[in-house]
Formats: sequence, structure tokens, C-alpha cells
Amino acid sequence: MRYVIIGNSVAACGCIEAIRKVDLQNPIIVISDEKYRVYSRPLISYYLAGKVDESKMYIRDEDYYEKNKVEPILGEKAISVDFKNKEVVLDDNSKVKYDKLLIATGGKPFVPPTKGFELKNVFTFIKFDDVKAIDEAIKNGAKKAVVIGAGLSGLKAAEALIKRGLEVTVVELANRILGSILDLEASKIVQDEIEKHGIVFKLETSVDEIIGDGKVEKVRLKNGEVLDSDIVVFAIGVVPNIDFLKGTELKINRGIVVDEHMRTNIEDVYAAGDCAEGYDFVFEQQRVIPIWPNAYNQGETAGYNMAGVEKTFDRGFPMNSIGFFDVHMITAGIVVPNSDDIEVLVKHDKEKNAYRKIYVKNGRVLGFMFINSIDRAGMITNMIKEGLNVESIKHRLLDDDFGYLDLPKELRQEKILGGAKA
Amino acid sequence: MAKKIFPKEEVCVGCHLCEVYCVYAHSKYKKPTPKAHELIKLYNKYKDSKPTPRILVEEKSGEWTTFALQCRHCDDAPCTKACITGAMKKLEDGRVICDEEKCVGCWSCIMACPHGAVRRGENKKAASKCDLCLELGEPACVKNCPNEALVIKEV
Ligand SMILES: Cc1cc2nc3c(=O)[nH]c(=O)nc-3n(C[C@H](O)[C@H](O)[C@H](O)COP(=O)(O)OP(=O)(O)OC[C@H]3O[C@@H](n4cnc5c(N)ncnc54)[C@H](O)[C@@H]3O)c2cc1C
Ligand code: SF4
Ligand code: SF4
Repeated sequence: MRYVIIGNSVAACGCIEAIRKVDLQNPIIVISDEKYRVYSRPLISYYLAGKVDESKMYIRDEDYYEKNKVEPILGEKAISVDFKNKEVVLDDNSKVKYDKLLIATGGKPFVPPTKGFELKNVFTFIKFDDVKAIDEAIKNGAKKAVVIGAGLSGLKAAEALIKRGLEVTVVELANRILGSILDLEASKIVQDEIEKHGIVFKLETSVDEIIGDGKVEKVRLKNGEVLDSDIVVFAIGVVPNIDFLKGTELKINRGIVVDEHMRTNIEDVYAAGDCAEGYDFVFEQQRVIPIWPNAYNQGETAGYNMAGVEKTFDRGFPMNSIGFFDVHMITAGIVVPNSDDIEVLVKHDKEKNAYRKIYVKNGRVLGFMFINSIDRAGMITNMIKEGLNVESIKHRLLDDDFGYLDLPKELRQEKILGGAKA
Repeated sequence: MAKKIFPKEEVCVGCHLCEVYCVYAHSKYKKPTPKAHELIKLYNKYKDSKPTPRILVEEKSGEWTTFALQCRHCDDAPCTKACITGAMKKLEDGRVICDEEKCVGCWSCIMACPHGAVRRGENKKAASKCDLCLELGEPACVKNCPNEALVIKEV
């Protein structure tokens, strides 16, 4: 038995760790086109800001592959998979045989066709090499930056760049920042805070053309404005990194379609993480959920099943914890109500700049946005996951001292003691 | 299987001594029981921010019940799966610990922990959580609770 994983990020870790819980023997081969051992994508902005050095980018110990009997093939790209003969083909035309295959190729940056994209100092913001290149440009004297996209990674890029002393403008097509995790009201609160640190926003417009002679000099926006700029960072979003599998018998919708075992439509082939489209438990539909915990959990589920232990994962839903400067927020589930019968609970403590909004339907929490009041938020994430009826404690959920004492005694004890007797 | 600490809400009086001993056990003194002068010195060190205990005494105004909660060292440890740095990890002995050097304070663990057992440490820089005081042989909170409201057990 040979396990092969394409991709070497957190979904791969979940898979390796699950396999090694039940199978200590059979080889695991991990293939990645990046030359680094497994590192954290979310940390690239911390690296750029100078908060994390290279040694802390890696999410597992140096002896991780050795300890887990993993054979890494790093710096080699998989260019196709021969599902009939069960072989992965690499860009040097060598072939890697598998018995069980996990596709965990993650996401790649989405970049709309843009005039001037080929100029020097135009970057995307996904990989370690991306921030190393941006770092180089700053060291070479770049002073002004335009970031395209006010989502999670765009704002993380903007924060890092301003911490490095650049002038930063963020351009966003939507009418608000962080559209995937905040509604308009919450977004305003966060935008105000971020602006205090000097980041300038241009909302409801987009980039029209990047202008320069060999390298970036100016950016023209769709609204006609022209901004001076030395660096452009595209951070509009990610799309599943699965081009090399298109046109095969593998079933692909937006991402690779998987069931609750992370199985694809092809026998012995599994998919997990940002390249996969699994079931979203809150939205009640198949979706790509491009976040870290989901990638780990899907990878882990795939790993168990690949090793012959049946496990299911059908409780995936979006959740995010992120901070900019001193504003921290945790959000989960539905953040913009999608029907009329959803009840909205809100509390805004202007003095502490703390904000909590929770959506409840039929007694169940569907989603929440917490800003600057995040302690113990996991209890509420877990309520979404468990579908707990919160009717009797609804309004306490808005208080930052909400806790187990708000639950009925039996339920609290069951949760804390987990069946054991103290 | 991991050891876990279980709170007994029937006998907890909410004195918060477990918090004091926890802070002490995780200070440079690293001892289970403090001498008074060491304790004063320790608390003096934290001028602006109160030290963060790795245990949380739950209490609610208008209610008599209190108890002290800490990390459950979950078998599936959702905090470790959400951690973007690898700082939060499960050790072979079942304990879940946070490598505070690696932690960047993104609070993904707070988002994921179903018990609300992760706290933001001093100056809100790194996650602070119960590590069962392994070096001490016995958790300081359990050893020093005057009411025996905390019990450690293998489960
Ligand atoms: C800047 C930034 C910040 C983020 N912050 C957060 C956050 O705070 N919280 C959060 O939950 N999520 C965050 N995310 C998202 C998170 O990083 C992803 O959800 C997660 O990394 C997905 O993991 P994955 O294993 O599916 O794939 P990826 O991390 O995308 O890794 C896939 C790997 O496969 C390799 N690969 C792809 N194709 C091939 C091929 N053909 N051959 C060989 N190798 C290949 C890639 O090079 C890569 O190494 C952030 C992302 C970015 C970019
Ligand atoms: S911190 Fe929370 S999720 Fe992690 S092991 Fe402890 S109780 Fe479980
Ligand atoms: S706060 Fe620290 S321990 Fe918690 S998830 Fe973030 S990096 Fe990991």
C-alpha cells in the first residue's frame, strides 16, 4: 500500500496525522511544487511585517517527515494523474505510483485579466515566495503600494505593508471591506479602526490598468482615479488549484466534488482542503470552504478513510479568527441573513468598541460576528456545530461573560465532565 | 489517554485561589506552593496587566454556583486543528500545550475551543492554557484548592 498526497500544506498534515494513527507501516509520499517543508500560508503577512522569522513559518518540527515516515518530493509539480494506471505524473515526466491518492492542491490566486499585470513589482499574496519577493522590492526602495481586494488576505497584506512604512491604498469592488466575514454594519466598525492606522480605502471601484515602463509606476482605477504606486498586490481571492485535472473523469464543480468521507467519484482518490468542494453544514449545500481548520479536518477525514477506518466529516462551515492592528474578530456561519425569519441579536458597546451580532433561526445559532469581544467564542461556534437550542439563553450570548453557568446544570456537567464523575 | 482535571461545582466557593497558584506555578518560581514574599514579588512584576491564569473561575452575578474550568485536553483537540502556526499541539501523553514562542495571537484556538478554555495571555500576545503542570508532578490548582473542588483523573 502506497499513500500519495499532492500538496504539502495543512490538509496534507491532517491526512498524514490520521494515517499514522492507524497505520505506522505503509509509505506516505508527499508531492509539492514548493520547495519548502510544510509552512503556514496565513503567516506570510506576519513574515512580511517582520513579526515572524523564517524558522517560525514552519508548522511542524524539522523531523516531521522522518518521524511520520513520509517521503517528501519537494519542488516538483504534478502535471497530470493517470487514474487508470494509478500514477501521478510529475513535471520531469517521472511517475509516482499510488494505491490511495489525496489531492490537496489548495487554492491559487484569482487574477482577472488586467493590463499591466506582467510588469515588475506586481504580486499575488499566497505563497512564501510571494512575500519574499515583496520584501525584496521594499528593500529596493518601494514606498507606495496599492492592494487590490479588501478581503482577509488583502487586508493582512495592507497591514504588513504599512507596518513596513509604506503608503498603502486598498481598492475594493464591493461597498464594504471583509465582505466574506462581516455585514455592512460590522464592516464599518472595522474599517474605521483600520483607517486610523493610515490605510486608505477606495471602495466600489477596481483596477483598470497598471501603468509603468518595465515596472509599476501608476495604477488607474475604474473610477478614473490614478494612483502613484511602486508595488501592486492582487489579493482578490483564491480559486481551487485544479487546472491540471480538468478534462479528466474526475468530477469537478467549483472544486473537486467530495462526499462526507472526502471520496471523489474515482475509486481510491480523495480530495481535501481549498481544492475540494464538500458539504457546508450551515449553508446546507456543497461549497468550497477555503479556511485552515476545514482543510485540516477534511485532510484528517480523508486520511482515516484512506487507511481503511471509516470516518465522516459533515459539520464543515466557514469560521474565521483574524486581527488587524488591535482589532480582533471572530466570525462563523452565516454573516448576512439570507431569509426573513432569521432573528438578529445585536450589542454594540461603543465605549469598549466591542460588538456582537448573532443570527438565530428556530432557536439555533446560524452565525455570528464578534468584534473586540471574542473570549470564549468557541462555545458559540460549537453551538452552531451541535445545533443546540439556545432559545432560553439567547440574550446572554451577547454578553462577554457568557459561559457554562448559563447552561442548565445537566448539560453543563455533561459538557465539562464528558460522562466522567468528578 | 489523557489526564483531566474535573471541577466539583458543589464544593467550589469561588475563592480564586486556584488562579493564584496557577499563575505562580507558571512563573519563574515554577513551584507548586508559594511563599508569601515570592507571591508579592511575582504580582508586583505585572505592573500594567494582571497575570493571566490558565484556569477560569466561572461565576455569574445573582448566582451562588461557581467552579474552575481549564482545558479538557480533548481527544480530538479542535484548537490544534485550527492553529495556524503549529503552536497548539497535542503531545503523546495526551496533554495539549501551547508553544507561546510560536504563537502569534491570532485566536483561532479561541474560535475553535468548544469549552472556551483558551485565554489570551499577558498583553494579549500569546494563548495561555492549562498544561497540567507536568513538570511539577501535580497541577498546582488541584494541590492547593482548600476545598478539594478540583480532582485530577485519568480517563
Ligand atoms: C495570506 C493568507 C492568509 C490566510 N489566513 C488565514 C487565517 O487566518 N485563517 C484561516 O482559516 N485561513 C487562512 N488562510 C487560508 C488558508 O491558508 C487555507 O485555507 C489553507 O492553507 C488551505 O490548505 P490546503 O492544504 O487546502 O492547501 P494550500 O495551503 O493552498 O496548499 C496547497 C499546496 O499544494 C501545492 N500544489 C498545488 N498544485 C500542485 C501541483 N500540481 N503539484 C504539486 N504541488 C501542488 C501548492 O504549491 C501548495 O504548497 C489564509 C490564506 C492566505 C493566502
Ligand atoms: S484548549 Fe479547548 S479544544 Fe483545546 S484541548 Fe483544551 S479544551 Fe480541548
Ligand atoms: S492564538 Fe496562538 S495557539 Fe492560538 S491558534 Fe493562534 S497561533 Fe495558535
